[in-house]
Amino acid sequence: MASIGKVKKERINWKEIKKQKVLLLLSAGYVIYGFIFCYLPLAGWLMAFENYKPKAGFFHSEFIGLGKFRQLFLDDGFIRVIRNTLAMGVINLVTTMVAAIVFAILLNEVKSQGGKKVVQTISYLPHFLSWIIVTGILHDALSGTGIVNDLLVRFHLLMEPLNFFAYPKYFWWIVAFANVWKETGWNAIIYLASITAIDTALYEAAAIDGAGRWARIKYITLPGIKPTIIILLLMNAGNVLNAGFEVQYLLGNGLVQSVSQTIDIYVLKWGISQGDYSLGTAAGIFKSVVSITIILIANEMAKRAGEERLF
Amino acid sequence: MINHRMLHRRKSSLGNKVFVFLNTIFMVLFVIITLYPVWNTLVLAFNDGTDALRGGLYLWPRKWTLQNYITVLHKKNLLVGAYITVARTVIGTLTALAANALLAYIVSRKRFIFKRQLSLFWVITMYVNGGMIPVFLLYKGLGLTNSFLVYIIPGMVGAFNMMVIRTYMVGIPDSLEESAQLDGAGDLVIFTKIISPLCKPVYATIALFCAVGHWNSWFDAMLYNRMNSNLTTLQYELMKLLSSVSNQSNSVESMKNAVAAVTPTSVRSAATILTMLPIVCLYPFLQRYFVTGLTIGGVKG
Repeated sequence: MASIGKVKKERINWKEIKKQKVLLLLSAGYVIYGFIFCYLPLAGWLMAFENYKPKAGFFHSEFIGLGKFRQLFLDDGFIRVIRNTLAMGVINLVTTMVAAIVFAILLNEVKSQGGKKVVQTISYLPHFLSWIIVTGILHDALSGTGIVNDLLVRFHLLMEPLNFFAYPKYFWWIVAFANVWKETGWNAIIYLASITAIDTALYEAAAIDGAGRWARIKYITLPGIKPTIIILLLMNAGNVLNAGFEVQYLLGNGLVQSVSQTIDIYVLKWGISQGDYSLGTAAGIFKSVVSITIILIANEMAKRAGEERLF
Repeated sequence: MINHRMLHRRKSSLGNKVFVFLNTIFMVLFVIITLYPVWNTLVLAFNDGTDALRGGLYLWPRKWTLQNYITVLHKKNLLVGAYITVARTVIGTLTALAANALLAYIVSRKRFIFKRQLSLFWVITMYVNGGMIPVFLLYKGLGLTNSFLVYIIPGMVGAFNMMVIRTYMVGIPDSLEESAQLDGAGDLVIFTKIISPLCKPVYATIALFCAVGHWNSWFDAMLYNRMNSNLTTLQYELMKLLSSVSNQSNSVESMKNAVAAVTPTSVRSAATILTMLPIVCLYPFLQRYFVTGLTIGGVKG
């Protein structure tokens, strides 16, 4: 029996199980925990197809099929919310990645080791500050009496102070700037690590051939970190719809509502504050499904292009 | 050969100098843009609030005072928030580290029969989740709302953190475990006595991630414990200060405070400084750890 088990590669037999009972018992604990906190909420998706009433409960609420989804897509507000989420997600993804790559490459070119170390340590700082603090600082800096307005007026770029938070056209870019400010140094860690992994012989050979700094960056550094860039692009693409909650919630105000509200804020507003659990759940499902679709498409595209993949 | 190289170096030396010059300017600007906002908050926090209303405070306090800090330290809800935040950071970090490390140990054992299935079970949770409403109702049903435990239990195991530790553990030679097994050591002994001591760098990384997450969180306090002011967190209190500042900067309330030489803005600046202080003092010393931890987890995970 034992030999057959070995040949079949499926090694599940009682002797093994007895030997691994500690691991198995612990695993069971983790499965129960994971089931309750990660998988059980998925059962709540049922609410999106019901007219959920807390009093009637989960099993006795009226089943209405796709009614809540129809209500969502007939709501201009929700369409706007999808647009905002996607737009800010994509803008943030592109700006934060480009900023991190540029910063990593330029920092790598700094010859003084001490200087490099100091700049890098400072660059991590904003990552450790909460969004509450960052948005608070941003409010101060961009307010009518803040430093940005002061400088712009002093250099005659503006006639009079401008309340940046009152104009929808600035909002997405303020959010992008906030993300770049907070995460550039942190995101650069991984690119710097992959630059370090590039064979230095390549740089020496290029120097002999007379390649200047730009040529070396363009023909050696960038191609060298391309796999890392693609993997991170894939990982971040799946998060495009997740990238919009804290900043928008904290920076948004009545005047810019039409461009600041994201899917998560919509869920919070309708689901939690207004108590329409079914509508909120439906919006949440929409977000999950779109996110997973984006991940699968991105993964497939990477596969077609012969690049590294997530799974 | 060497002459050839030197020739080129001389030729490109002008371009090189320009590059180094521009790059240095870029780095200096980067440092200024990163540090200045924090510096300015510090200046406001040490300056008389009423005086600050005149504007023009950029590099150095004009009228020094500690009144802002004194006011902050007399706000009861901020003190409660600080107490809860410290408690959740310490307890939450320790429990999350232990839970993730043990799970990582289990799925990184090559001999374990369900290692693939258990890994997959957790990896899926990174991509699929129930969403805000079902989770809210679940916590309510479990009695986790209006309770300190909502800060600790649901976030204890995180697939991403677990995978980072797992990747590190996979790199530890099997021979260590095998010889311990021959000596009759069970899994819990191998985990605590053999594997864990070797995992200090990655444990430090994950502990830092968890600690920062706990220290900076506010949304769970707002969503689940809004009704119970004894369970508020520091950041949530800071957020309430922020919204009160933007709503009433010119109202009667701020006039009343202005008489007492503090304004909502100056008080918030002091609170901001106190809140960021522990992390800012700590992270430079943990740099070595989180850089390696992040690199391992990010590139391979």
